[in-house]
Amino acid sequence: MEIFTRPWPWYIGGPLIGLMVPALLILTNKSLGISSSFRHICAACIPGKLDFFRYNWRDHVWSFYFVGGIILGAFIGGVLLANPNPVAISAQTVSELQALGIHDFSGLVPSEIFNLGSLLSLKGFIMICVGGFLVGFGTRYAGGCTSGHTIMGISNLQVPSMVASAAFFIGGIIMTHFLLPYILAL
Amino acid sequence: MKNIIYIVLGLIFGIILTKTEVISWFRIQEMFRFQSFHMYGVLFSAIVVAVASVQLIKLRQIRSLTGEPIDIARKFLNWGQLLGGLIFGLGWALTGACPGPLYALAGNGVLVMGAAILFAILGTRFYAMIRHKLPH
Repeated sequence: MEIFTRPWPWYIGGPLIGLMVPALLILTNKSLGISSSFRHICAACIPGKLDFFRYNWRDHVWSFYFVGGIILGAFIGGVLLANPNPVAISAQTVSELQALGIHDFSGLVPSEIFNLGSLLSLKGFIMICVGGFLVGFGTRYAGGCTSGHTIMGISNLQVPSMVASAAFFIGGIIMTHFLLPYILAL
Repeated sequence: MKNIIYIVLGLIFGIILTKTEVISWFRIQEMFRFQSFHMYGVLFSAIVVAVASVQLIKLRQIRSLTGEPIDIARKFLNWGQLLGGLIFGLGWALTGACPGPLYALAGNGVLVMGAAILFAILGTRFYAMIRHKLPH
């Protein structure tokens, strides 16, 4: 069983992620992208009178099936074939995060922050809800996410996707090094 | 039932994202702290394979199995990629997950990510409300 439960090294997982691009293009003529699913959900459920949602979301239902598949695949890979060991991050990262007050390294995420109860705390609300809001707002303003820009857009040698990917990283570095220490101290 | 292909492809993507641990908040922290090659290896090898595939598809003018020529929408440079990109980056380091991994974490049983997804939808809704006031 161990061969099915253990995590994959970067040189297996990375190329497989890259192969998703030609697989989608050749089999279905669709471009890889996930964040647009948020837009289609808005267009289907809460369009209001906004021009941005005035299109036929039914032309994009494939996105919902794809996202449903991701959830199902994650359940297979992460629950049925769960890796029993903690994520093997570097000792340096562990000690830096411990200094910021994180102690539970057993799961994919620090369970002391990412649990339903913590939604009621200021720290949990910022990490989960404000974080999610910024992801939804920022990806739509940028016109794509790590999938749509960093993998798909760059594969088509699009300069806008390279700019977006650089901005993703700069934003992440600013948050990690300058803001997160204060948020984790709340 | 042509939509089964999307479920199958999504399922494969979900397994890869999970097994490569790119959905882990810890891995994202490690990446933004430059303390491991793992995430960089994943991203760079994914990009290399994707670039090679797309360029080959274009060079050989390979058609989609749907019968149509393969069509990739062009993106146009505007302020959104920079400003929106920075905003997304801030959120990415908080949740430790970009959109694909948000869904994958929910599938992994981290049910609280359902709240993050809900707020991502609200963030998208808010963008649609104020986009005419933003630089593009």
